[in-house]
Amino acid sequence: MTGPRVVEDEQSVPIGSNDDVVRARQTVRTYAQQRGLSLVDQTKLVTAASELARNTLVYGGGGVMRCAAVRNGTRVGVQAVFEDSGPGIPDLDLALTDGWTSGGGLGLGLSGARRLVDEFELHSEPGSGTTVSVTKWAR
Amino acid sequence: MSDRVPVLKLGQVLLVSIQVDLEDQIVLDLQDDLAERIVATGATGVVIDITALEIVDSFVGRMLANTAAISRMLDAETVVVGMRPAVAITLVELGLSLGGVRTALTLEKGLALLERDRTARTGRP
Repeated sequence: MTGPRVVEDEQSVPIGSNDDVVRARQTVRTYAQQRGLSLVDQTKLVTAASELARNTLVYGGGGVMRCAAVRNGTRVGVQAVFEDSGPGIPDLDLALTDGWTSGGGLGLGLSGARRLVDEFELHSEPGSGTTVSVTKWAR
Repeated sequence: MSDRVPVLKLGQVLLVSIQVDLEDQIVLDLQDDLAERIVATGATGVVIDITALEIVDSFVGRMLANTAAISRMLDAETVVVGMRPAVAITLVELGLSLGGVRTALTLEKGLALLERDRTARTGRP
């Protein structure tokens, strides 16, 4: 049975420096451990969070991550939302293409992060920022 | 910003053991330090031990690939040792299979691999 998603125990981590990227992934790891995600799923979610936190810093000019526990019926999981007020992404399809990069990276950040999680939502308005939300459910 | 990952010299091999969750600047510094130390010491091998790393994202993955390529140009071979199974699974799914990076399961096996290489290259043990 699935019901409406319940979001609990939310915690915000500002992302304004490389140190904050480390803090963001440590926060996500703690949530993933507490919610009983398997070791592989923890690793996938924390890796995705690391990619997205770096994007928030490098391309968004900094922002915030909000990490929370989620419940949907009997399922439990972890959600992480990355928000910036940067320039936004003009072409979402292009930004989600493997190997495409607007910076100096490998172009695997967004597309790779999407593959590592169960749910992935991306909203971006050129000029007013980007929000990426990811969820991983415990199995 | 003064934090650096120590680079140890063991015979002809430079040994790096990454023990903490690294921020990006320290990762970049390590890549540069290794290139300089290879030339300064004439090392023929580099071993990067990532046993303690709980994740390897595309940034660290790129550092490993770059270090392997840079060291090869400087006549040294790089071996990454101690990758956790969950890290390997995640890297492949992320899209980074690190094709140019040699790996060994343990430090001991990594050192043996470099030793075999060196014997093959120089024709003597």
